[in-house]
Amino acid sequence: MIHFVLHDAKDNVAVVVVEGVKAGMAMTGWIMDEDRMIDVKAQQDIPIGHKVALKDMAVGDTVWKYGIDMGKVVAPVQIGQHAHVHNIKTKRW
Amino acid sequence: MSIIDKNTTFLGYRRENGRVGVRNHVIILPLDDLSNAAAEAVAYNIKGAMAIPHSYGRLQFGADLDLHFRTLIGTGCNPNVAAVVVIGIEDGWTQKVVDGIKATGKPVVGFGIELHGDHDTIMRASKAAREYVQWASEKQRETCAISELWVSTKCGESDTTSGCGANPTVGNAFDKLHPLGSILCFGETTELTGGEHIVAARCASDAVRDQFMFMFNRYQDVINRHKTSDLSDSQPTKGNIAGGLTTIEEKALGNIQKIGKLCSVDGVIDKAEMPTHPGLWFMDSSSAAAEMVTLCAASGYAVHFFPTGQGNVIGNPILPVIKICANPRTVRTMSEHIDVDTTGLLQREITLDQAGDKLLENMLRTANGRLTAAEALGHREFSLTRLYESA
Repeated sequence: MIHFVLHDAKDNVAVVVVEGVKAGMAMTGWIMDEDRMIDVKAQQDIPIGHKVALKDMAVGDTVWKYGIDMGKVVAPVQIGQHAHVHNIKTKRW
Repeated sequence: MSIIDKNTTFLGYRRENGRVGVRNHVIILPLDDLSNAAAEAVAYNIKGAMAIPHSYGRLQFGADLDLHFRTLIGTGCNPNVAAVVVIGIEDGWTQKVVDGIKATGKPVVGFGIELHGDHDTIMRASKAAREYVQWASEKQRETCAISELWVSTKCGESDTTSGCGANPTVGNAFDKLHPLGSILCFGETTELTGGEHIVAARCASDAVRDQFMFMFNRYQDVINRHKTSDLSDSQPTKGNIAGGLTTIEEKALGNIQKIGKLCSVDGVIDKAEMPTHPGLWFMDSSSAAAEMVTLCAASGYAVHFFPTGQGNVIGNPILPVIKICANPRTVRTMSEHIDVDTTGLLQREITLDQAGDKLLENMLRTANGRLTAAEALGHREFSLTRLYESA
């Protein structure tokens, strides 16, 4: 069972691809570009399609997905936590 | 290896100008909002005719009026259309649309309502539509080369599974169609924000790159001129955010997966313009689903790839819209809308190559006549793009 996927090993967030991820759950993730597996423990409930943080991040840090800059951290987030609009924001517009 | 190569064929309708369509519609096309009632009455009278009502066409001017004519004429010229009856409030602009469509050589006739009223117009237009429908019903499909099938793409109600699964599936299919001489199209100008450098790097020449960046920056100026905040809730949309997309950059990086890994961007067109040579074209366009697909139809595309995450239900009256989805919850809860299920990709059960082939196989069946989910469900969204206020 693959619980989350990421594109690039550099990414610090990944996408949950199954329903029912709950805090405390051990998750297996797939790095698609390298066809390699990693493990992360969920610290919060995370809905399908939403992102899990793969590293502890501080305000102002760059969020990487597809190996590319997708925004900035606006509230601290820890590995295994839900990463979304409450802690990440665009750098554009 | 792919399931398609240069010898692959499909069964299409060859039109008078040589273009190939995959549907055989007789459309009743209103010039303006006022003529919708008459157009719909004709389509009610004549079985097999389809009215395409819309909201505009009065007191437009300048570039916005040019786009209105280009979209209506392009819609009539689309090879999925066999014949056209145009109805307008007055004769002048009605005839302008008729003349534009007539250049293809297909049957087209126009009727103005003024000095006649709805009753007389509906009667005269119904007689013409009846003749066209019976004439079109005798058209036969013939064997056509894969390179003659024009394919456009635009995604909608995207979520993070779009960028991981459904959009790369389209990209894989585009990578396989591009070397065969296909005419392909993508757009959604603002939804490239944060990934515009990736598209620019894929442009086939400096000239194409300059055109692309001109279009991109022109649209950024529109956003910056009118925005009241950072566009939160508009780009990404509420649906995108509910699906897990957080920023416009993330949405754009997922969006760009649709142009694959190998295709070059070979040309740039403005809204509803027609491409002039094989390759992948960027069309400057809104990212709103119905507007963008309407523009693709007006540019002459015959089949559309529409990846979705949360489940956009869009269709188009003349362009078959093939839905691709990699989100297992959406496939479970909205299965009647999904043509190609690629959920296996995210569980590593199928490869991207297999997903691309699955889409291409569905594309060929759709081209040969199989109705898409959106067609079977009666989705006929036709939305004209406006550039500014009417006079």
